[in-house]
Amino acid sequence: MKIRTEADLISVRQAGLQKLQPGKPRIAVGLATCGIAVGGNRVYERLREIIGKEGLDITLVKTGCIGYCKEEPLVNITLPGNPLVILHKVTEADAEEIIKQVRKGKVPAKKAQCRVPAWDHVTGCTIEYGKGFPKIPLYEKVPFFKGQKKVILRNAGLINPEDIDEYIAVGGYAAAHRALTGMGPDAILSEVEKSGLRGRGGAGFPTGQKWRITRDEKADKKYIICNADEGDPGAYMNRNEMESDPHMLIEGMIIGAYAMGAEDGLIYIRAEYPLAIERLKIAIAQAREYGILGKDIFGTGFSFDIGIAKGAGAFVCGESTALVASIEGRTGRPHPRPPRLTDIGGGLFGYPTDLNNVETWCNVPVIITNGSGWYAKIGSKGNTGTKVFSLVGKVDRVGLVEVPLGTTLGTIVSEIGNGGANNKRVKAVQTGGPSGGCIPARLFDTPVDYESLNKAGSIMGSGGIVVMDEDTDMVDIARYFINFATGESCGKCVPCREGLKHTLLLLNRIMAKKGTKKDLETLALLSDTIVATSLCGLGQTAPNPVLTTLAYFKEEYDALVKP
Amino acid sequence: MDEQTLDAIIARYEDPSGRLLGILGDIQDQEGHIPRESLAMLAEKLDVRLSQLYSLATFYSYFSLTPVGDHVITVCMGTACHVKGAPEILQALEEMLGIQRDTSEDGKFCITTDDKKFTLEIARCFGACSMAPVLRVDGNLYGYATKEDLPGILSEYGWKP
Repeated sequence: MKIRTEADLISVRQAGLQKLQPGKPRIAVGLATCGIAVGGNRVYERLREIIGKEGLDITLVKTGCIGYCKEEPLVNITLPGNPLVILHKVTEADAEEIIKQVRKGKVPAKKAQCRVPAWDHVTGCTIEYGKGFPKIPLYEKVPFFKGQKKVILRNAGLINPEDIDEYIAVGGYAAAHRALTGMGPDAILSEVEKSGLRGRGGAGFPTGQKWRITRDEKADKKYIICNADEGDPGAYMNRNEMESDPHMLIEGMIIGAYAMGAEDGLIYIRAEYPLAIERLKIAIAQAREYGILGKDIFGTGFSFDIGIAKGAGAFVCGESTALVASIEGRTGRPHPRPPRLTDIGGGLFGYPTDLNNVETWCNVPVIITNGSGWYAKIGSKGNTGTKVFSLVGKVDRVGLVEVPLGTTLGTIVSEIGNGGANNKRVKAVQTGGPSGGCIPARLFDTPVDYESLNKAGSIMGSGGIVVMDEDTDMVDIARYFINFATGESCGKCVPCREGLKHTLLLLNRIMAKKGTKKDLETLALLSDTIVATSLCGLGQTAPNPVLTTLAYFKEEYDALVKP
Repeated sequence: MDEQTLDAIIARYEDPSGRLLGILGDIQDQEGHIPRESLAMLAEKLDVRLSQLYSLATFYSYFSLTPVGDHVITVCMGTACHVKGAPEILQALEEMLGIQRDTSEDGKFCITTDDKKFTLEIARCFGACSMAPVLRVDGNLYGYATKEDLPGILSEYGWKP
């Protein structure tokens, strides 16, 4: 079946809602990579076995991850007329009890973490599950969820990512339909511009402006690319976005393609994410079947399709010109810009190319559905919308956290994350991966926005927040990142290739307690030189972990060196 | 890898976008490494220079030119894993497997035991940071790993003390 009219979309939506609320019990197991690794698939298989053996009338589905990774495996249960109940730390041994309780119209109370009487999917659809189970805490009372605002993760862990009907049920593809049938490219561009959306890959370039530059370029072919290489160690929000809600990304790309006049889209994704690749392939095939991708989308005459290009593990390929080289089948070595990707001659195979991060694309459908005015009210001035962070390291509640931009580091680490794990004192956080820096606990009133993080010497990056506690050796952290950047330097320019190598040698000497005060001076001078003279972003930002630890944790260096 | 298998892999990639890395990735997935003969055969079939393919195979960390053992153990060295003890996990594995740290000819951390049973390698980040430290054996992830867990995990793959 091909979806053309709004009525077509509504009829699929009805079918999808039937799947989400089938009028019989529905059990959904959180099966993103993290859920699978801690035994989610064994829970799923055991449940399937029992349901099959006893011929029970219970729907069993896979979902993605709601983000509370510490409590995985997570299972949610919907009994008709009752709230959706999230069970935590479920093992295969719990499967019998779950089924026993579900058959009695109940849920296993001991495993219940919280209940959701109604869920706002943000894209014009609120699902009313029902009242009941008053003894189970409400979702919004759970400290980990309380401070969050789910816009990008609105469907994650609730819908089946391998079923397009469920995405359509909660308002999916309505934005793309409206954009292609009722709005011109100019209206879309102006909405994205007015929303204030900035690039979620880390640099924060205004998305609408990049789109307009690409649109204004005159060429007979244009590409749009999604950067799903997620190379920052310590960051995994893009993986979850693709594993839990792949259609959200596809819908964003369709709207962008139409606005920019591109017919070819690519998702450049790291090979280390096999499940995300598989789910994207399923999602793309389903979208084609409904006529949402391919020729003559929604019967509008507009054609657009998406291919998948796998990366092969090179951090530098997050740099735009290196990424394009990689897709073209060359080694990922950056070249000076201009020409930029958006220029004729600068993009993929020489065609003007727009490149955005996974999460940037994911923001687009909700902007079109709810309007730029609605979106711009979230977050702070100049930093609109929400951002998903992976809160990991030595923090008590690890997981994916979505908050409005401008939320302070303290709120994220202390309130949502509950401070250090095992009652240890939190010393610092590292944001932005190898290009970012370490921010000490005394600066935790810093709002998480592009400018404030820069002022503190770090960067937003793609959203990794790694927490360090009193036991973490900050000089070792600096060496860790320099070692990483040295290995990932493409070797093209001297400051990065040689400078980082000597930074690493200096740090090794200091850590072996053979360094001197003079070495610390050399370290700072060398870092400044690498920042000022490297060719691309990798080299220009690689010394940040050294510079920030030197600025904020100088005493740890001093304690290691001879006078 | 025989010619027929290679042809089947090549046939999966009609679009030039992502073609070379895609083909090399599929060879890597299937063989556990990229055999020299496959590179030569591929160069001939696609009419690209062998040196270009070699540069790709050595530039990108996902590819390995060295044959691997029956089971591949990959330790994640991401930031979250690092602060939670990945270096100690790696060291414990080296001791258990009786191997010396070394880097292979293409400059990557990848060591195989003499009996060709196990290969130990490191990864930049699996993106499974919530359960750090993490290791992977033949595609199965093990989270919240401790040194004490390692004998139990490895014995699933036929390791004996």
